[in-house]
Amino acid sequence: MSSAQLFNVVTIGYFAAMVLFIAYLATRSKGVALVANILAWVGFAAQTVAIGLRWYESYQMLGDAGRAPLSNLYESVVFFSWTILLIYLILDLKYRQPAVGAFVIPFAFLGMTWAQLGLNDAIEPLVPALQSNWLTYHVITCFLGYAAFAVACGVSIMYLIKAGKEEGRPADTPAGGILALFPSTRILDDINYKSIMIGFPLLSLGIITGAAWANYAWGTYWSWDPKETWSLIVWFIYAAFLHARFTRGWVGKKAAWLSIFGFAATIFCYLGVNLVLSGLHSYGGG
Amino acid sequence: MSAKDRNALTAVWDFFCSLKLTIVTLILLAATSIIGTVIQQNRSPQEYLQEYSETTFRLFDALGFFDMYHSWWFLALLALFSINLIACSIKRLPRVWKTVREPVLVADDALYRTLSNQEELLAKGAPSELKERLAAYVGRSFASPVVTERDGAVHLFAQKAPWARMGVYVTHLSILIIFAGAIIGTVWGYKAYVNIVEGTETTQVWPRGSDAPIDLGFAVRCDEFSVSYYPGSNRPKEFRSVLTVSEGGRTVIEKRPIIVNDPLTHNGITFYQSSYGPAGDPAFQFKVKLRSTGETQDVSVRQGERALLPGGGSFRVADFTESFQNFGAAARLEVTPADGPPRSFVVLKAFPEFDAQRGGEYIFSLVDYQQRFYTGLQVAKDPGVWVVWTGCFLMVVGSLIAFFLSHRRIWVTLRPHGDKTAIRFGGSAHRNQPAFEIFFDEFKKGLREEVKG
Repeated sequence: MSSAQLFNVVTIGYFAAMVLFIAYLATRSKGVALVANILAWVGFAAQTVAIGLRWYESYQMLGDAGRAPLSNLYESVVFFSWTILLIYLILDLKYRQPAVGAFVIPFAFLGMTWAQLGLNDAIEPLVPALQSNWLTYHVITCFLGYAAFAVACGVSIMYLIKAGKEEGRPADTPAGGILALFPSTRILDDINYKSIMIGFPLLSLGIITGAAWANYAWGTYWSWDPKETWSLIVWFIYAAFLHARFTRGWVGKKAAWLSIFGFAATIFCYLGVNLVLSGLHSYGGG
Repeated sequence: MSAKDRNALTAVWDFFCSLKLTIVTLILLAATSIIGTVIQQNRSPQEYLQEYSETTFRLFDALGFFDMYHSWWFLALLALFSINLIACSIKRLPRVWKTVREPVLVADDALYRTLSNQEELLAKGAPSELKERLAAYVGRSFASPVVTERDGAVHLFAQKAPWARMGVYVTHLSILIIFAGAIIGTVWGYKAYVNIVEGTETTQVWPRGSDAPIDLGFAVRCDEFSVSYYPGSNRPKEFRSVLTVSEGGRTVIEKRPIIVNDPLTHNGITFYQSSYGPAGDPAFQFKVKLRSTGETQDVSVRQGERALLPGGGSFRVADFTESFQNFGAAARLEVTPADGPPRSFVVLKAFPEFDAQRGGEYIFSLVDYQQRFYTGLQVAKDPGVWVVWTGCFLMVVGSLIAFFLSHRRIWVTLRPHGDKTAIRFGGSAHRNQPAFEIFFDEFKKGLREEVKG
């Protein structure tokens, strides 16, 4: 089996998991939630194997020029989906809230679908600028950070839905129906904060490893390149989020909006900059 | 100082210490930074006028949008951010430092009332009998306590990770250190470039934004430059320059190869492989076979130069590239036969028999070529870079401590109550209170067991 075939299996697996998590919201069946979770785990394991397999295939195809599968848009989108699953599964082990799956797994599924259907998956050797160990450290830390922000965005959406429905009711009566399956707004707010607490140091490390690499490759650790600048913009937004929690009135809904806004900025930093703007990171696209 | 002056000063100080200012500054920095990513930075006026109308150009120029990250208003925002950081730390650090260095060893009723985790119970025995056992229990289940005896009562105090409170201040300090490193690099360093033709050396480099060259104080020679491609493609594999550094006539670094991501440093100045280009026209060696007789001739010619061929024709090399699609080095030849119009075609070095298929009067093979290159190097001197890395390291360490470590404290007070002892105990954590609550529940149970037995 090739890594390409295995990635197709993974995409189908995430689709099934996503459908089942949404079905759990409708049916409230613990069995459905269990199967959804199993599919998420199996998909994640399969994707891990597939990524390793692609790495091995690069050595088979390119000999010495084999490299870790982190170097073009296709590989980065696939890796992003993997990190989203990783962060989601870690949080699921701690909080055990399957309803969250319905709002986080779709990000991973959309990523895999776009990668498999729309992106070039040829295994090409690295151009000189990318031949560095810094590539691995920089890509891994950045994407783990992005994934944590994706999860924070997912639970923030859940928060706004639930808090919105609960507004019309007297205090202490949680919303019914599907929303009863959601974790309480207190827990959603907590997961939002904890995810950003994981993502923010990772993003900082991502920016720092990027700067260190730029210094080795181009002689300057910061050149206000659009990609660098946008990663700093994302950093400023989440730093504002963390400080805003200490000011009364910026927890709950405001924090949820800031988290969603931060993730929108993250996606623009990841994809918008490469595909819409120009700069030194242009080989991150296409 | 009058009361009014004092009030004004306090107001200013409070403004600079406020958290609201932090949030507003961060959001302003984020929003304004966007401008520099959608408007190209540091281009020539001509390039801007192609994109924007003259009015827009003048407006953007006046607002500093074309070099916005060095504009006075952006730097002022960064300065405001720094002042806010410093003021907040000055305001809050002394109290935190005191909490860390001078812990409250004796808890009074007022302190216990502030703790959300606390408990009281009566135990058999006098304080002097119980204190050893309780001290041992606290040490086992939490941390070794300090025992203070005062006013007939016994006080225990234990804490974990007091220095976790410093994490926030380390993180904030790290940002200031990074700014300091950037300022040092800007004031005492420079960024420049230099092109060195193979076989020549230079003692000067050209900084960006200025016409005057900078003297290196030593000479850098490019012994050789080469570019290699991945087999069967025109994807570059490696750009390599071999450099030799000499100072005062003496060779200091001999034939050191540099590639992208692996630069050379000497005397605090670093040379990075950045670009390359042809220096002068290439020279070629061709083998020409006259199809009719099979006679071959070796011809050496420079690009553009016309060479005579046996049989009365002539040819010249019109164009050349090292990487023609996936086929490697190729030359475009223009052959003018003795009688007839000139014809143009491509000859590939890697495929010497290729031209035979053309069916021409002459069959060409490109045996070899020599192209001198110049290597384009980025040159950087940055005495502040290690200050920046120190700041980055402190930022990561500081934020990990601030987020994931918690200063936890437990107080126990033993007072005689007739022939029994009244035990009051409580604890607090400065982070992650829910986890501490769970721990304290277990601690409570264990302490009850301890005094029963």
